[in-house]
Amino acid sequence: MSQKKAVVEIAQVDFAYDGNLVLENITLTVEERDFLGVVGPNGSGKTTLLEIILGLIHPLSGKVRVFGRTPKWSRHLIGYIPQHADLDASFPISVMDVVLIGRLGKAPMLGRYRKSDRQAAEEAMRAAEIYDLRNRRFGALSGGQKQRVLMARALVGQPELLLLDEPTASIDGRVEQDIYELLKKLNETVTIVLVSHDLGFISTYVNRVACVNRRLVCNPTEHITGDVIEACYSGPVHMLKHKCEL
Amino acid sequence: MFEFLHVLRNQTFMQNAVIIGLLASVACGVMGTYVVVRRIVFISGGIAHTVLGGMGIAYYCGYNPIHGAVVSALIAALVIGFVSLRYHQHEDTIIGALWAVGMAVGILFMYKTPGYNVDLMSYLFGNILMVEKNSVWLLGCLDALIILLVLLFYKRFLGVCFDEEYSELQGVGVVSTYLLLLCLIALTVVMLIQVVGIVLVIALLTLPAATARYYVHSLGQMMILASILSALFTTSGLVVSYDPNLPAGATIIVIAGLAYLLATVLKGLTMRFHSGRD
Repeated sequence: MSQKKAVVEIAQVDFAYDGNLVLENITLTVEERDFLGVVGPNGSGKTTLLEIILGLIHPLSGKVRVFGRTPKWSRHLIGYIPQHADLDASFPISVMDVVLIGRLGKAPMLGRYRKSDRQAAEEAMRAAEIYDLRNRRFGALSGGQKQRVLMARALVGQPELLLLDEPTASIDGRVEQDIYELLKKLNETVTIVLVSHDLGFISTYVNRVACVNRRLVCNPTEHITGDVIEACYSGPVHMLKHKCEL
Repeated sequence: MFEFLHVLRNQTFMQNAVIIGLLASVACGVMGTYVVVRRIVFISGGIAHTVLGGMGIAYYCGYNPIHGAVVSALIAALVIGFVSLRYHQHEDTIIGALWAVGMAVGILFMYKTPGYNVDLMSYLFGNILMVEKNSVWLLGCLDALIILLVLLFYKRFLGVCFDEEYSELQGVGVVSTYLLLLCLIALTVVMLIQVVGIVLVIALLTLPAATARYYVHSLGQMMILASILSALFTTSGLVVSYDPNLPAGATIIVIAGLAYLLATVLKGLTMRFHSGRD
């Protein structure tokens, strides 16, 4: 087998908000068709790590390369799935129009979307199993449906790397499993980095786990065990262990 | 009502008033929709009130106050837009300051203008019945410009209003798109000042769109319905105010406010009805 290509390379990265060090000396490599779970307690810098990979914020020091280039240059190869709770649920926008936002970078700058953009959006909605919802108002959907819409929006640009931020927050267990099954299918062609504060399902789907708590505490290649988790979380270990036993 | 129709048939001032009301309604519905969904009512209010400064300076220097209004509205949009993007945390304080200082500058210049002192009240509260014929052309051109730019930038405006971060990831220039949007809102504000004056402009900009929002599923539908509602409010305001000799601008706003209240109550009742059936 040929050696896998590195998709994301992060080396000795520090990041601070208003003088508070949020990430310290992070070194992490994500390889092609990895399914990496990034876990850690709330406020541990997981989302910050995603924003650095996206180039939305810049580290104080260290090096970040995505597909061998700067994050900003590689953005068109990245599909990003933010937390849907941050979006205005009362906004009058259809599911189709939300998905099409993922084509803004490829569509002509002025005027309407092209037919090819609409076709790509329809394909992405079929892949995320929300084609029947395409004319519904985004804000009227359930949490799980919204998550699938954002997934379709990330897929519509045909990304090679998917970044997900807490995709199963505010979703019940059965829907959560559906979403992970969908991701598993996507993982056959796409590299995935998934951030979660909850280890619940993650360990059965991902092939690697990175624990972040300001520092990158561990980065095992094998399945995660109770001992490893305990080493990662210096804080509320009991609660998290409890969740792992589910 | 009959008297209104009689006047409408015979008097150009009333014909102008109706035409200006209808022209302003188009821009009002389209841009008011953005103001409501993007929640920038306060920013729009800041732009509207700063305009008095430009009108006062233009008046003092002997230019047409509307031209001063256009220039100062655009400058205000760029300054306030920059402030809201750059100093987000102190946004309301800075906009509040610009709002008041703009008005104060306008009042000073008007006060110092020699000769017959302009009726400040007509700038503040509007006097649609006094608007000149050539304003109709200006408003028509502004309408055409606004609609053309909204058609060209529709998908970018939608992206930036709904999800700024994702639009940026798609390579959309979020800052320039947002400033363009504010400039179009500024031009709309200038049009609406002709109808209801500076103080009431925010109500006319937001009430039709806020009412329309209850009945639509997309931004495009909201714009069309808000324009129709705005046309209804301005025209019926002219009709209702004519006979008892009420100020037209204030009458229009009261009608728009009542319609919004009614729509809100009806929406609440239908939601309760639906949830009761489940």
